[in-house]
Amino acid sequence: MQNPINDIENQALQEIQQAKTSEDLEVVSIRYLGRKGLLTAFLRSISSLPEDQRPAAGKNANLLKIKLEKAIAQSRSNMAADSAKQPAGIDVTLPGRRRGHGSAHPVTQVLDEICGIFMRLGFDIVEGPEVETDYYNFEALNIPKYHPARDMQDTFYVSDNIVLRTHTSPSQPRTMEKTDPPVRIISAGKVFRCDSDLTHTPMFHQIEGLMVDENISFGDLKGVLTTFVHQFFDQQTALRFRPSYFPFTEPSAEVDIQCVMCRGEGCRVCSKTGWLEVLGSGMVHPAVFENVGYDTTRYTGFAFGVGIERMAMLKYGIDDIRKYFENDMRFLGQF
Amino acid sequence: MKVSLSWIKEYIPVDLAPDEIAAKLTMAGLEVDAVENLYDYLNGVVVAQVLDVKKHPKADKLTCCTVDTGAGEPVQIVCGAPNVRQGMLSACALPGAVLPGELKIKKSKLRGEVSEGMLCSAAELLLDTDASGILDIAGDHVPGTPLEKALDLADTVFEIDLTPNRPDCLSVLGVAREMGAFTRPAGKVAKPDVTFPDQRISAESIHDHARVEIKDPDLCSRYSAGLLFDVTIGPSPFWLRQRLESVGLTPINNVVDVTNFVMMETGQPLHAFDYDNLARGRIVVQKAGNTQAFTTLDSKVHTLEPEMLMICDGSRPVALAGVMGGENSEISHTTTRVLIESACFNPVSIRRTAKRTGIATDASHRFERGVDPEGTVYAMKRAMTLIADICDAAIAGDIIDAYPLPAAPVRIHLDPAALNVRLGTDFSIEEIGSILASVEFGVHSSGDGPMAVSVPSFRVDVTRPEDLSEEVARLWGYNRIQTTYPAVPAKGRPLDPVVSARSAIRSILNGLSFYEAVNYNFVSTDFCDNLLLTASDPRRDVVKILNPLSEQMSVLRTSLLPGLLDNMRRNTAQQTDTMHLFEIGKIFFSTGKDTLPVEKEMVAGFVTGNRTHQTWYSKKQSLDFFDLKGAVEDLLEALGIADARFTPAASHICPYFVPGHAAHVSKDKTALGVLGKIADPVLKYFGLKQAVYMFELDMKALMDQMPEKINARPLPRFPSISQDITLIVDRQVLVGDVWGQMKAIAEKQALVEDVFLFDLFEGSPLAEEKKSLSFRIIYRSDAKTLTEKNIRKLHAGISSHLVESFNADLPE
Repeated sequence: MQNPINDIENQALQEIQQAKTSEDLEVVSIRYLGRKGLLTAFLRSISSLPEDQRPAAGKNANLLKIKLEKAIAQSRSNMAADSAKQPAGIDVTLPGRRRGHGSAHPVTQVLDEICGIFMRLGFDIVEGPEVETDYYNFEALNIPKYHPARDMQDTFYVSDNIVLRTHTSPSQPRTMEKTDPPVRIISAGKVFRCDSDLTHTPMFHQIEGLMVDENISFGDLKGVLTTFVHQFFDQQTALRFRPSYFPFTEPSAEVDIQCVMCRGEGCRVCSKTGWLEVLGSGMVHPAVFENVGYDTTRYTGFAFGVGIERMAMLKYGIDDIRKYFENDMRFLGQF
Repeated sequence: MKVSLSWIKEYIPVDLAPDEIAAKLTMAGLEVDAVENLYDYLNGVVVAQVLDVKKHPKADKLTCCTVDTGAGEPVQIVCGAPNVRQGMLSACALPGAVLPGELKIKKSKLRGEVSEGMLCSAAELLLDTDASGILDIAGDHVPGTPLEKALDLADTVFEIDLTPNRPDCLSVLGVAREMGAFTRPAGKVAKPDVTFPDQRISAESIHDHARVEIKDPDLCSRYSAGLLFDVTIGPSPFWLRQRLESVGLTPINNVVDVTNFVMMETGQPLHAFDYDNLARGRIVVQKAGNTQAFTTLDSKVHTLEPEMLMICDGSRPVALAGVMGGENSEISHTTTRVLIESACFNPVSIRRTAKRTGIATDASHRFERGVDPEGTVYAMKRAMTLIADICDAAIAGDIIDAYPLPAAPVRIHLDPAALNVRLGTDFSIEEIGSILASVEFGVHSSGDGPMAVSVPSFRVDVTRPEDLSEEVARLWGYNRIQTTYPAVPAKGRPLDPVVSARSAIRSILNGLSFYEAVNYNFVSTDFCDNLLLTASDPRRDVVKILNPLSEQMSVLRTSLLPGLLDNMRRNTAQQTDTMHLFEIGKIFFSTGKDTLPVEKEMVAGFVTGNRTHQTWYSKKQSLDFFDLKGAVEDLLEALGIADARFTPAASHICPYFVPGHAAHVSKDKTALGVLGKIADPVLKYFGLKQAVYMFELDMKALMDQMPEKINARPLPRFPSISQDITLIVDRQVLVGDVWGQMKAIAEKQALVEDVFLFDLFEGSPLAEEKKSLSFRIIYRSDAKTLTEKNIRKLHAGISSHLVESFNADLPE
């Protein structure tokens, strides 16, 4: 016969706790302590218990009665205190005094993120001039004058021998001239091509990467770029390496990733192919090593380049590359 | 480069589906950009049966046909063809079809009679040249069958985006050869036989008619020539025209079409001369020298440069070698004797000529990239046999083949171990050998040593072992090569300080509510004038771009301000009126025509609009110079550059600021930059109305002033005590100077911890030219708790020093 009283206690306390208004509390009070209340009924039923159980049952029931009366009173006074406080409080729903904030340009954010990934892989950051000599931009990279590959990059000329760099690749010979292997660098910055339409702006950003040591292989190139893509997008993003041509790499590879918009199903962004071309890469051409005095029989290396605006477009779903350089606050404010 | 599947199949059996072919070509490095069904335009054209033919009531030459098009009830179609007859099967374009020439078929009325479609001739469907009547389809076909299916017309055109290293694939045979690597049975390409047919060989010898002389073998290593007689010029047969059209070429006449066909087939550009227009039957390959002008066969006159290679006859130039023929010797209706040129020119020379003259032709495109030096004679003979056949001509049985500089066969020693290191593979000699052999490399190996690989002459791009590694990798499949991770020593270099400085500046400015902008490096030529720069201002030493996209983007910026002001204009036009924007970027100063400019990294920004908006706790207040200065002070302090000095800036240095509203900021005599309010004329130039305050700081100077490390100070143990000084000074006295002196004293007196201005007052009861400045000085000792008594003498000393220095009065 201990059980019914325990049940009454647990249930009653729970209901008191859950009561939100004094009306709720009144209902609880009547249900347990009223003339027809559960506890009252229990007290009345004691007389029907065997005689030896009556004193203990009566004592427990009376203790519970006191406990419940206290709990209800306490809860009532808490409610009263809460409602009494209200008029003296503040309207926390009023707008706060804002200090305002700014943010880094989306290109900067993506650039930092990509640099971060490669720095975690042990790459160092180097920088180079934005206006470059024909030698570093082309010749040192195995693109002599009148080479048809020059058509692949529409170049802004300052003079016959000075150009706005068309890629961040001049950082390769510039770094290797000054450093012996092993080399592990990335170089980020603005690059320029005389091209302007919906998908091209005459200036954009690239990150170049270069790793040179003994025994660096095409398989390693695949490994490093796979790590990069998986960290930048996600582990599920499939990669595809496709033969291509860059005069300064051999073999050369374009890297396609599974379309991040449609997951490879085919959509407008990937022209229904399911793939997006995001990186150019390859094993460093021996002619480039020869130009900087590296031993081509001892060292191999890979290089890659990635366009930042394109990566940011894919990451943020930006559809017009020109938006980056209009600097409309309504655009910048989204990042 | 376009190739059609049916054309490819003339040389190699292919049983793969078009999409599969496209995927395999792409993954072998021949990126297929588009796969098109050549007969897509026949959508909506079906086989139809003519059930009944009646005369048109109002037109003698028209008939009203009852036609079964396979879709439910027969329909009436009005037809004008003389060969229409009851029971015949023909081609019907249904309403909705679009025929060549953008002819849209719809239900219509022809002279009062309804016509629900169009019965078509072969010519109308580009299936043949026959336009005399409607197509008469033989055999058994169910009406309604798509015509393409009934006539088995399926053909696919691949558009290949070829990289510049693969001129060998600028030909159908080349693409077929590549396909040989992945089609089974491992097919070798069957090249057409070019033996001259006996019945076409004339008794004449070319040597009796023509002579070839190469004066610059460096620019033309080989010149083959053949001669045809009794040529009948006319339109090409249908098959030839169709082949050319399928790859996007326009048919011209039978001789020219054959030369184009063979170029597309073999990759060897050919040129056909009207032999009778070649003076003395001579071909002289030489530089233009003194010849000044030349008219190409498109009737354009080009200015020649002495280095350009020309094909000349006995008296004058007749072609811009490898680029375009001349008007004076082109094939015409009256041509009867044709000299075919098949040559190998120096790629650089051709490219230079093409660039300088602005002509880009299919021929120059191929020569620039390099043609097969051993392919000239084959291509020429192929063209001659075709012309003999098509133009009913006779062939001079012998040919001229001037080959002063024979190409040395390329043989590469390939170390399989080095190849495997490069690729991260473990191919055996046999595997490497069989992969290379699949695209016609000759492989000779003996044991485990290096392999000897002979490069086929058409692969002008392959010269080194590394090139062979690419061949092996691409034909094996890049995606089948094991992905590995390089093991590299965990050794790095220190981070370039500019990288961390940039990042710090960005975060600080972001925290100060500045958004980051990125602008083009190029600006309009007139930006210097718009910024009111003086004639001698160094910022006028701009770097000019020789080939700018527009006048607005024609010089490199020497200041970040124009770009930012333009951003402000764009934003205010979009009703954004309050903004804080900054940019970190380079500016460029010319150092001469052939030297790299000086590149300087700058940090610039502006504030415009309101300091506070209309809110429940504030009124709208426009921001001013001190909002900008505060931001600059916060930036400098956050960078660890304490006590930077702000002094009035002379207006000739920053003429774009309102005079008297501009400051220089420096630290220990190092100039850090300028800040100020943009002058009205500048606002006007940039199309702005609202006040804007800008700063421009030099990154290098900031970095030089940033502390290398932070030295933490112990926290004070004793409380401070403050005393105030109020000075009444002339209005032109600069607060900065007073503050500077107090600072100097503080440095000498260890007890002065800090000084700040807490009140500035001008006006009554002060005299008009006076102002009162109230400073609070915080005194603290690190040895004891200071009392007023301890500092009384010091404070009075400072006070009298300032009174004396600034001729100040103390308040009564």
